[in-house]
Amino acid sequence: MRKLLSLVAVAAIAGAGAASAQETPRKGGTIRMTAPYAASFGSLDPHTTPRAQDDIINKALHRTLYNWDSKDNKLVLELATAATPSADGLTYTFKLRDDAYFHNGRKMTADDVIWSFNRIMDGSKGYPAARYVRIIKGAVEVEKGQAKEISGLKKIDDKTFEMTLTSNVDPGYYFFSGTTAILPKEEVEKGNFAANPVGLGPFKFKEHIPGSRVVAERFDKFYKPGKPYADKVEVLIMAEAAARDVAFRNKEIDTSILGPAQYVAYREDANLKNGILEVPEMFTRAVTFNHSFKPFADKKVRQAFNHAIDTDLIIKRLVKDKAYRAVSWLPLASSAFDKSAKPYAFDPEKAKKLLAEAGYPNGFEFELTTSQNESWGLPIVEAIIPMLAKVGIKVKPKLVEVTVLTDIAMKGEHQAYIGSNLTGPDSLATLRCYYSQTPRTACNYTGYNNPAYDKLLDEAAASTDPAKRNDLLRQANNMLLDEAPVWFFNYNKAVLAYQPWIHGLQANPTEITHQYPEDIWVDQRSPAK
Amino acid sequence: MLLVLARRLGNVIPTLLAVVALVFLLFSVLPGSFISGMNEDGRSPIDPAVMERMRKEMGLDDPLHERFGKYVAKVATGDLGISFRTREPVTKLIGARLWPSLKLVLAAMSFAILVGVTLGFLAALRPGSLIDTASMVMAISGLSLSQFWFGLMLMYLFALTLGWLPSFGYGDGGIVNLILPAMALGVGPMALLARTTRAAVLDVLNADFVRTARSKGMSEKRVIEWHVLRNALVLVITIVGLQFGSLMGQAVVVEKLFAWPGVGSLMVDSVFQRDMPAVQGCILMIVLFFLFINTLVDIAYVVIDPRIRYG
Repeated sequence: MRKLLSLVAVAAIAGAGAASAQETPRKGGTIRMTAPYAASFGSLDPHTTPRAQDDIINKALHRTLYNWDSKDNKLVLELATAATPSADGLTYTFKLRDDAYFHNGRKMTADDVIWSFNRIMDGSKGYPAARYVRIIKGAVEVEKGQAKEISGLKKIDDKTFEMTLTSNVDPGYYFFSGTTAILPKEEVEKGNFAANPVGLGPFKFKEHIPGSRVVAERFDKFYKPGKPYADKVEVLIMAEAAARDVAFRNKEIDTSILGPAQYVAYREDANLKNGILEVPEMFTRAVTFNHSFKPFADKKVRQAFNHAIDTDLIIKRLVKDKAYRAVSWLPLASSAFDKSAKPYAFDPEKAKKLLAEAGYPNGFEFELTTSQNESWGLPIVEAIIPMLAKVGIKVKPKLVEVTVLTDIAMKGEHQAYIGSNLTGPDSLATLRCYYSQTPRTACNYTGYNNPAYDKLLDEAAASTDPAKRNDLLRQANNMLLDEAPVWFFNYNKAVLAYQPWIHGLQANPTEITHQYPEDIWVDQRSPAK
Repeated sequence: MLLVLARRLGNVIPTLLAVVALVFLLFSVLPGSFISGMNEDGRSPIDPAVMERMRKEMGLDDPLHERFGKYVAKVATGDLGISFRTREPVTKLIGARLWPSLKLVLAAMSFAILVGVTLGFLAALRPGSLIDTASMVMAISGLSLSQFWFGLMLMYLFALTLGWLPSFGYGDGGIVNLILPAMALGVGPMALLARTTRAAVLDVLNADFVRTARSKGMSEKRVIEWHVLRNALVLVITIVGLQFGSLMGQAVVVEKLFAWPGVGSLMVDSVFQRDMPAVQGCILMIVLFFLFINTLVDIAYVVIDPRIRYG
């Protein structure tokens, strides 16, 4: 545990090193970021895409009601100056900024927020951002075509609106995602918005070469004084890690996300090791058991699974330390993470004992669905096969494409699958994946059903006291640790290599490639024009 | 000439129908759906009920033969459908990628012809010489190399070590960014052309009509230019045509490696995201390109060698 916490401290220091340059930020220059997750962007219309790749450029072009503050690890208001909750915590009164302009020169008003959220709920389009807006009262009715406007959104005046929620949640968790960006109606209705995006972000769209890059220029009417610093931001699509490595070493790009092999190489390279930004991301890698498969219905079997695997060894040897040991379902950066919790010890004898107690003295066989992913796919499965065999559990791997893993889980077609799961920043929403009323099609892929756990979540959801809610969520998370609905493998350590001339990068635990580019600046050493 | 064109056009339609049918069939047995690409964080962003409604509206629940019929009818009017992923017309997506793809394929083929034919020709004129051995070593290496590895080596050499060229990207669309991906893509056809040219030229050099030309006192330069080159060219053009036609489909790896905005990288992304209209559009485009090039090759045969007749 001490090792784990020290790693977090190192990550925080690394982040601070990148973010807190002592010099005065230089105006001008070009930021050259990379988009590493696919060979193209899905769309520059943020409402149509939930993909991490697209949110990289969204952060430059568009803005949302909230932002994630990586320095203090919390949500902060962005397009609003105040969000005042009612006594029951269900209605929020938002005061919008008076100085936010769209790139077409028009000032943002409450109508834009209301129009954007209504657009997202157009059920005939199936916008993925609906997953967030659905918490507003009356949004589901619009989605189903039973109403034309979201009843829970009420304009007070041009700069003020009320948002009534269906349950007592912090709206910040729902409206910081780039896919809920506030857009100008008149530009969207012109058609072809994805080709000519107009937003509220610090940079305005200049050029998109599909499959190659997006270029945006400084927006002089951006509402943060003196920002952005750079004249231009380029987001370069580079899906191949080896090519990114060459381009980074050749000083053609300013940032590059690293995989396990490159992480080792960069740490050992005297010229590169000082330009590494690390952060424990809010993704938990795990083998998710389907509890309708008989052996996994028994808690002792699930605990035995956790004891049977030398998780630390796998993280060290296979993942090359580019991960933190998972201690529970919630990640390290979560406020409800219990710092005193301990992970399952590697103890094959205890695993055998638990299996015998559960009625499986000779073990059992199961099918483990996996993708090819190097950090949470087939290589990991290959490593755990012999470890599990030693306690009598026989694994039959089933290889599928990474894009269909969730499809399989949603249909409950797995006995168990290994994957990476978003586990933050909203702890309540994250823990709801084990709530008995949460359908499998939402995210209860285990089919977990525990009344005591449900009670804790109900109490947390009903609580208006943040400290009490956090404590209840911590208890629920600890209950999951004991119940072991999954094999707790690791939390991703996201690693971003950066050039010495780039400053102001943020150690964003929600996704390290999601940088707010108005805070980034490049000094004179940058070779970019 | 018209006969050649008519015959080719007659082949195009059944070929396209077969390709579309095959893609339809393959996608119907593949796991996953258009929604799969949105589940990247382990949670479905779309409500299952909305998803079902969308499936219905998109006609994805219709029987395969009905969907196939509707798609073919739309394609016949030039409508390739709307991309599931970007929600834009597929023709627009492909249109944006077509010129970069063509540019890359043309540059790769130019490199292959220039280097491959020259090497093969020189090797055939001096069989057993140092140049023959060297060019054949190059040819065999070129055929064996993976595009990915060769592309990376080119990046290391010309970008990182020598600093002559950018390692990736489209730049301003100029030649500087085109050189490395074109070499990586062209190395395979180059090697094949070197071997084919050598074999074809050697074959012609030993032919009776060449011996006759020489015995009549014709200069060696004239023999090579008038008899050898022209006759060897038919086989070389066949290889050029076949390679040229298939290069657009082969460019997937190179495009992804060099972040080149072509049809190949669009197709790969679309496959992973289960964006069926886009995948079908890309495949149709690649097949059309292949058929077009083959038709050009057939016409070229007739122009180069008047003895060739169709019909």
